[in-house]
Amino acid sequence: MIRINNIHKSYVTGSNSLHVLKGIDLEIEQGEFVSIMGSSGSGKSTLLNILGILDNYDEGSYYLDGALVKDMSEKKAAKLRNELIGFVFQSFNLISFKNAMENVALPLYYQGVSRKKRNKIALQYLDKMGLLEWAEHMPNELSGGQKQRVAIARSLISKPKIIFADEPTGALDTSTSYEVMEILKEINAEGITIILVTHEHDIAAMTDKIIRLNDGVIAEIIKNGDLKEWQNQFSKELQTA
Amino acid sequence: MFDIDKWQEILATIRKNKMRTFLTGFSVAWGIFMLMILLGSGNGLSNGVAQNFMRDAINGMWFWSGETSIPYQGLKEGRQIRLDNDDYELIKDLPGIEYTSGRYYLRGNTFSYGSEYGEYTAITCHPELKEVESIEIIAGRFINQLDINETRKSVVLGKDIYDALFKKADAIGEYVRINNIPFKVVGVCKEGGGTRHRNAYVPVSTGQKVFNGGNRLHSFALTINATTIEGSNAIEEEIRELLGRNHKFEASDRSALGSYNKVEDFLEFLKIFTAIDIFIWIIGIGTLIAGVVGVSNIMLIVVKERTKEIGIRKAIGASPGSVISLVLLESVLITTIAGYIGLVLGAGLMEGINFIVEQQYAASAATNSGNGETLFRNPTVDINIAIAATTLLIVAGAIAGYIPAKRAARIKPIEALRDE
Repeated sequence: MIRINNIHKSYVTGSNSLHVLKGIDLEIEQGEFVSIMGSSGSGKSTLLNILGILDNYDEGSYYLDGALVKDMSEKKAAKLRNELIGFVFQSFNLISFKNAMENVALPLYYQGVSRKKRNKIALQYLDKMGLLEWAEHMPNELSGGQKQRVAIARSLISKPKIIFADEPTGALDTSTSYEVMEILKEINAEGITIILVTHEHDIAAMTDKIIRLNDGVIAEIIKNGDLKEWQNQFSKELQTA
Repeated sequence: MFDIDKWQEILATIRKNKMRTFLTGFSVAWGIFMLMILLGSGNGLSNGVAQNFMRDAINGMWFWSGETSIPYQGLKEGRQIRLDNDDYELIKDLPGIEYTSGRYYLRGNTFSYGSEYGEYTAITCHPELKEVESIEIIAGRFINQLDINETRKSVVLGKDIYDALFKKADAIGEYVRINNIPFKVVGVCKEGGGTRHRNAYVPVSTGQKVFNGGNRLHSFALTINATTIEGSNAIEEEIRELLGRNHKFEASDRSALGSYNKVEDFLEFLKIFTAIDIFIWIIGIGTLIAGVVGVSNIMLIVVKERTKEIGIRKAIGASPGSVISLVLLESVLITTIAGYIGLVLGAGLMEGINFIVEQQYAASAATNSGNGETLFRNPTVDINIAIAATTLLIVAGAIAGYIPAKRAARIKPIEALRDE
C-alpha cells in the first residue's frame, strides 16, 4: 500500500536549513493500523504530511497504491487525496460556517456528487458516529469529541483506502480519546489502513504496529509479539498511574 | 460552465459571511453611486448652460447697421449706414457662410383677424432665418423663396399670435391684417429654445415693398461653418471689411456696424465645459480607484481569512482551480450585484433631482414671461459609461481577488492548517 525509500526532507527558513527527515524507509500494507511516535521535532508530522501528499519531499521515492508520488501536479494530488485518503486532524479542521452534515458531505462535493445525494450519504455516516441528531449543528455547538467524530465521518465519506490521523486525540480528554480510538479500530476492522501520529503511549499501544522516530530516522519498529509486551508494560503503567 | 452546485456553494458561503459580503458590496456600490452623481451633476451643468445657449443656432452671427463714430476717408462721423439687398447678395455667397437672412424692421404692427387684434412684431426675412434662429414650424410652412421672388403677402405667425387671434381655429389660408394690409397665413411657428412666440415672419421683399423700404435692410442674421474662434473671427472681420468698403466706414467701427459672434462665445463656453468635464473625470476616476483599492483590500483580507478553509478544502480533495473559482466567483457575484445597486440608486437620485429641477424650471418659466432660467438641467449619465465603470470595478475586484486566491490555492494545505 505504502512504500517509501530513503525519504529526505529539509525545511528552509531564511538562511537556516533544517534537515527533518534523514532517510526513511518504510512499508505499510493494506489494512494495517500503524502509529508513528517520537518526541517533538523527530519529524513524525512531517512524515505524515508527506505520506498524505500534503507536502512534498526532497529525495527518495514514495509509492502509494503502486503509483509513484513525486512532483505531482496540485490537481492530481488533490484528486488522489480525494479518492484514496482521508484526514483526521488534532484541531478537527471543520469549516466553521458549515453545519456538521455539510462538513461531512464536502469531499463528495469535490467528487461531483449532487447536493441532495451527498447530504443523504453524510447523514448515514453521521448516524454511524451516533451524531444524527447533531447534523444541523454548527461546529462551535459541538464538543471536542463530537467534532472529531464529525471529522472522522468526513474522512470516511469518500471511502478512502487510507486514513491519516495527526494527533487525533491530542485535543481530547482520556475517555473521549478512547472512544475515538474505538471508532478508528472499527474502521480499521473494515479493512481501511490507518496511520496515526501520536506522542501518547497508551494511544500508540492500541495500534498494531508502532514506528518510533528519532531525530529524522526510524529508531525502531515494534510489532506483533513485541507489541504485546509493550502493551502490557504500558497498561501496567496506566494501572499504577 | 454553469454549475448549480457551485453557485449553491457560493451562495451558502455568502449567506454565512454577511459582514464580509456587505463590506465588499458597499465599497463597490458606493464607488458607482458617487460616480453616477458626479457625472450626472457635470452633465446637468453642461446641459443647463448649453440650453441657455441653444435658443438660437450656436454658429449664428448677427450684423446690424448704425451711425459711424469714426471719420473715414474725409467723411465725418455721425453718418447713418444703410445696408441693402446688394449687401445680402454679397454676403450670401462668401465662403464659410451657411445660411444668410436679411431683415427689414417694421414698426408698430397691429395684427388683426376678425374682431381680435394685438400689437406684435413683424420680422421680414429670407427663408434661411428658419435655420439661423432655429425656428420650429408647428403648422403649415415657413417663408419660402417663391414668397420672396413673387413678393407674396404671406405671413408665418408666432404661436402666441395665433393663439390670441385664432383661438385654436384653423389659421392656414386665412388672412390676417398687418397695419391694415391683408397677409395670408402660411404657417404657425415657435422660436427655437424659447417660450415666447410673439414674432410674425413675412418675406423681406414684401416687407420692403409694402412698407416703403425700397431695397433697405436693417440687419443680417447668418450661420457660419467655422469650428474655431479664429475661423469665426476671420469671417466676422471679412464681412465687416466688405461692408466697410461698400458703405465707406472704418471696419473696426462698431457703432457703424454692430456685430455679435455667437460662435466665439459658444466656443469659449465649450472650453469651460471641457474643463468641467476633465475635472469631473479626474474626481470620477479618483473615486473609481478608491473603489478598486477598497475591493482589492477586502479581497486580500477575505483570502487571508479563508486560508484555513482553503487548506481544509484542499486536504479533502479540492483542486487549485476549484479553490480559485470559488473565491473569484463569489467576488464577481458580490461586485456585480452591488455595482448594479449603486447604479440604480445613483440613477434614481439623479432622476429625482431632475424632477425637482424641471419643476423649478417650469415655475421660473411661468413667472419670467416664459423664459425659464436654470443652470442645471437633465442631470443624467450615459448608461454606457455607468456600465463600463461597473465592469471596471468587477474586473478590478476579480483581479484583486485572483492574485491572493491563486497564492492561497498554491500553498500547501499543511501550511494553511498549521496556524490555529
